[in-house]
Amino acid sequence: MSASSKPKIALYWCASCGGCEETVVDLAEDILGLVEMVDIVLWPVAMDFKYKHVQAMADQSITATLLNGAIRSTEQEEMAHLLRRKSRFLLAYGSCAVSGGIPGLANEFPLQQILKFNYEEAPTVVNESRTHPQLKSGEDGCEVTLPALHQVVRSLDQVVEVDYYVPGCPPTPKVTKAALGALLEGRLPPKGSVLAPDIALCEECPRKQRKPADLSFTEFKRPHQLLADPQQCLLAQGVVCLGPATRGGCGAQCVSGNMPCTGCFGPTSRVRDQGLKFLSALCANLASKDESEINRVLEGIPDPIGTFYRYGLAKSLLRRKVDLPGPNGAQAGS
Amino acid sequence: MTDTSPTPNGQWKPRIVAFFCNWCTYTAADLAGVSRMKYAPNVRVIRLMCSGRVDPQFIVEALVKGADGVLIGGCHPGDCHYGEGNYKMLRRFQMLKRTLKDMGIAPERVRLEWISAAEGEKVKRVVNELVEQLAQLGPLNLPQKAADWDKELAEVEAKVQAAQAEPVMA
Amino acid sequence: MKPIVSRKHEPVRIGFYICHCGTNIAGMVDVEAVAKYVATLPNVAVSRHYKYMCSDPGQEMIQQDIRENRLNRIVVAACSPLLHEHTFRHATQAAGLNPFFCQMVNTREHNSWVHTDRLEATRKAMALAHAAIQRVPYHKALEVKKVAINRNVLIVGGGIAGIHAALTLANAGKLVYLVERDPTIGGHMAKFDKTFPTLDCAMCVLSPKMAAVGSHPNIHLWTYSEVAKVDGYVGNFKVMVHRKPRYILEDLCTGCQECVAACVYKEPKFPDEFNLGLGKRKPVFLAFPQAIPPVVRIDPEVCLNFKRGKNPDGSHTLSDKCKKTCVEACGDRRAIDFKQTEEIREITVGTIVMATGFQIFDAKRTPYYGYGLYPNVYNALEIERLINASGPTEGEVIMRNGQKPKKVAIVHCVGSRDENTNRWCSRVCCLYSLKLAHLIKEHTDAEVYNFYIDMRTPGKSMEEFYNRIAEEGMHLIRGKVADVYPDPNDGATGRLVVQAEDTLTNKILKVPVDMVVLAVGLEPHPEAEALRRLFNLSCSSEGWFLERHPKLAPVNTFTDGIFLAGCCQGPKDIPDTVAQAGAAAAEAFALIDKGHIEQEPNTAHILADECSGCKSCIPLCPYTAITFDEAKQKAVINEALCKGCGTCVASCPSGSIVQNLFEDDEIFSEIDGLLAPVP
Repeated sequence: MSASSKPKIALYWCASCGGCEETVVDLAEDILGLVEMVDIVLWPVAMDFKYKHVQAMADQSITATLLNGAIRSTEQEEMAHLLRRKSRFLLAYGSCAVSGGIPGLANEFPLQQILKFNYEEAPTVVNESRTHPQLKSGEDGCEVTLPALHQVVRSLDQVVEVDYYVPGCPPTPKVTKAALGALLEGRLPPKGSVLAPDIALCEECPRKQRKPADLSFTEFKRPHQLLADPQQCLLAQGVVCLGPATRGGCGAQCVSGNMPCTGCFGPTSRVRDQGLKFLSALCANLASKDESEINRVLEGIPDPIGTFYRYGLAKSLLRRKVDLPGPNGAQAGS
Repeated sequence: MTDTSPTPNGQWKPRIVAFFCNWCTYTAADLAGVSRMKYAPNVRVIRLMCSGRVDPQFIVEALVKGADGVLIGGCHPGDCHYGEGNYKMLRRFQMLKRTLKDMGIAPERVRLEWISAAEGEKVKRVVNELVEQLAQLGPLNLPQKAADWDKELAEVEAKVQAAQAEPVMA
Repeated sequence: MKPIVSRKHEPVRIGFYICHCGTNIAGMVDVEAVAKYVATLPNVAVSRHYKYMCSDPGQEMIQQDIRENRLNRIVVAACSPLLHEHTFRHATQAAGLNPFFCQMVNTREHNSWVHTDRLEATRKAMALAHAAIQRVPYHKALEVKKVAINRNVLIVGGGIAGIHAALTLANAGKLVYLVERDPTIGGHMAKFDKTFPTLDCAMCVLSPKMAAVGSHPNIHLWTYSEVAKVDGYVGNFKVMVHRKPRYILEDLCTGCQECVAACVYKEPKFPDEFNLGLGKRKPVFLAFPQAIPPVVRIDPEVCLNFKRGKNPDGSHTLSDKCKKTCVEACGDRRAIDFKQTEEIREITVGTIVMATGFQIFDAKRTPYYGYGLYPNVYNALEIERLINASGPTEGEVIMRNGQKPKKVAIVHCVGSRDENTNRWCSRVCCLYSLKLAHLIKEHTDAEVYNFYIDMRTPGKSMEEFYNRIAEEGMHLIRGKVADVYPDPNDGATGRLVVQAEDTLTNKILKVPVDMVVLAVGLEPHPEAEALRRLFNLSCSSEGWFLERHPKLAPVNTFTDGIFLAGCCQGPKDIPDTVAQAGAAAAEAFALIDKGHIEQEPNTAHILADECSGCKSCIPLCPYTAITFDEAKQKAVINEALCKGCGTCVASCPSGSIVQNLFEDDEIFSEIDGLLAPVP
């Protein structure tokens, strides 16, 4: 192997959608500059690799690994441990790695229920034999194995120690560039920091000027239930926008697209549970004092977990629906 | 981190964290004391100035750290020493209960009561009722549950570290 | 004493003290075991138990430890902080340590006094102590807030309570605003004929005081006025008062009443409110002869010079149909002004005394007594007016049928001590019923029957009064009246039968009488609810304004700077009302003379750099302490206005507001400590 003096970068994906990879691609022309400055030693979406290549690397030989995706399987868990050993800096990249992301919502359901839906009950599935993936199967004397799925979806730092967090679903090119720049130029903040502004989105929101100071909710609407005025604050129009409870740094892209913020940049450092803090702020400003009217208005939020914990259920205080089964050596499909 | 009770049979007893507002409920609890009313010892009170200060994060943190139930005490609607703090609590509480229910926590475990400064008797009654209800519901024991969930992690880590300890082929 | 200056990054050293409180705590909690347990906790440098922490030696122990052991945090497990937080903070401060580094653990009112299992009580004490030990390292050095007290006083309500409080304060040199919603002061007492137990004339006692109020240089008397809005806090209340139009220029009217005589209505035609509708008045009228201020009022609802009906904004339109003989009669004084409008006055006061009184029970709610159904059933206040020499019948007890009664029944406990209406005892009705019995007999020589449940006559000279009345030949029957109905033998004359069980003889009585007087109870003022919202007061479940403590603070409320006087706090007689009014005045006086009040520095502040300007907090503050700084595009808290409720802190969705003494870290650490395992 050629010894290169360029810093080594690895990008790996776990339980994710590929969106974070898109961001790196979206660096566009900047990607060329990046490629010149670093050695990308691992990037499954773009380059072939084998596990043993990673296992063979010396410990801490990778300067920084950007790991995206939640940890949901034994394979992802193994790679997380491996890459932790091999990397000087491990960055949780994207909301899934930072806080479990949308895959984290699986913590609302028993694993078996999810498997059953995906392999049997979903409307477009045809699976008369009700086959589920097996941990072990074989043909012609060859045994093949699959990684086991965990009962619980986890953020990266619930499995290994993480040095920095780059939030977003996905992180924006701007935030990514800033993070990589800080890394490569040695300008990193204290370990454990989130590499995004520690102030809520409202600060940079283009609609802030028009947000009234006396909001008092009598109704909540979901985005498809109204033609939102593109100039007016979404909360003022009764649309649940998590901007006040979410870090800024994304340039308020969703709001600029006339959609409410759904919280993907996560909470500020002063908040322990983004969903609960947002619940607190939103509900305190309801207009009614009457319990039944309050409940009626709150029915305008039909899915509290999906609304308050869209990206952060795995990192919330409760992490998971508490009456779900614990691990019992669960086999995929059994 | 269970409450290690040295009672003869190591029996579980419900633990309740209570957030009482200074002007009404905390004072009522003091009155219950002055009047020497007797009630169950399972409740531990945190004093706040107003039920409006009760951040839903506190309630859930108490459950996560091992409480079996949480009791919030505030002034009767319309009587809040600070005007309307208790209404804010009420509104937050309604949504919190729904959220907790969706997260598999029985709504009876978290209770909001309006107790005025003169209602020492009500403190006694509510505490006893809640202890009784929790005794029926059983322990919540979230710390143990989380520890159980995380048992699925040990194996892979051990395997990775062991494999790495061996010499590596270039 | 030079304050101890802590060096930066100095390790936290906690001194923990658990009090035996004699056997009050130690009798149930194993205090030694708690001290031993706490000694094992992190950051604890000293852990002691002692018999009486609040005593001088106890406090000195803390101070000595602070000096000798370089303690920088103190935790005292003893009685309720509501009792002794001040004491221990003071002791801490005296040793040179910031008083807010001291935290108390309630081990008595919330523990030893309410539990019966020694083991569990001890474990609970350990858990609570652990919580405080976790919390106290996060405490910061704070200074008490000093708030200046404005010297003016607002008194709401011009009955005997308000009058007495006003005179007491005005005589002491304070400036008093006395706001009364009726056109004259005097309240209910002005309607009474004679008062128990001395049977002296109410007006004779009251009117010199009323006159003194009217002429006192230190009293701004605003009658026919109402408080519309109250902002601010103790020492600095901003009050908006609406002065309603009487269509008379108060400063110019001499009270000569020539306008009344000259009114185009030759005879009075309209129901007279002061006489409870039993008498009549003209559109222009003086409420009663001794009214203060002695200024007439024109009633726009009936005066011909106004169109019928109110405009939506409450004003009345002139019709100009009348000859205005009143204006002519007023002549040079020119005191009549039909164009007068409502005036809004804003005042700043430091303290407020609530003296808004009561209303009598509406006997229509007990229809079985026939009030409003049968013409000869009256309530007690109506009888007072009939008996009174300046009443509608000039002191003759004449019924609606024009006759004097020969037999009168007085029904006690109407709307009192009754599960169906009001449960409480109204305190004064037995006594005034005896008084009325005496007065009715005196005026008519009728046979009087008092039907009572119990005869309650507490107080100085009251028992003697009861004996005197009883000896005058009243019929005192112990039995609650079940029914009042027209006499079947004599229905046409309006005679009634009062039916009750005489519980002393076990006989059902049916007593035919000419007149029934209902001893109606006292109820909270009909607008008590609206009033208390306006002033941010608490009410008891029955609706009386709530005192801070029934024994130790009967005139204070939970709102600093607002005091209670008279029946608005609960039913009472005139001697007690006056005593309470004096007490309320004294409390206001004490605050004013001290000049400032000290408040706990548990205010909130916004982290300026972290605030995103999301405005979620701004509508939350009842004291409008949070405003939006347009230039900085951030929210800002005025700490002088903040009262420390913490609602905004719980709401801030980015965690950018901090409340002193109740920071998030402090509370989270308390939760941690509460749930830590104990042996």
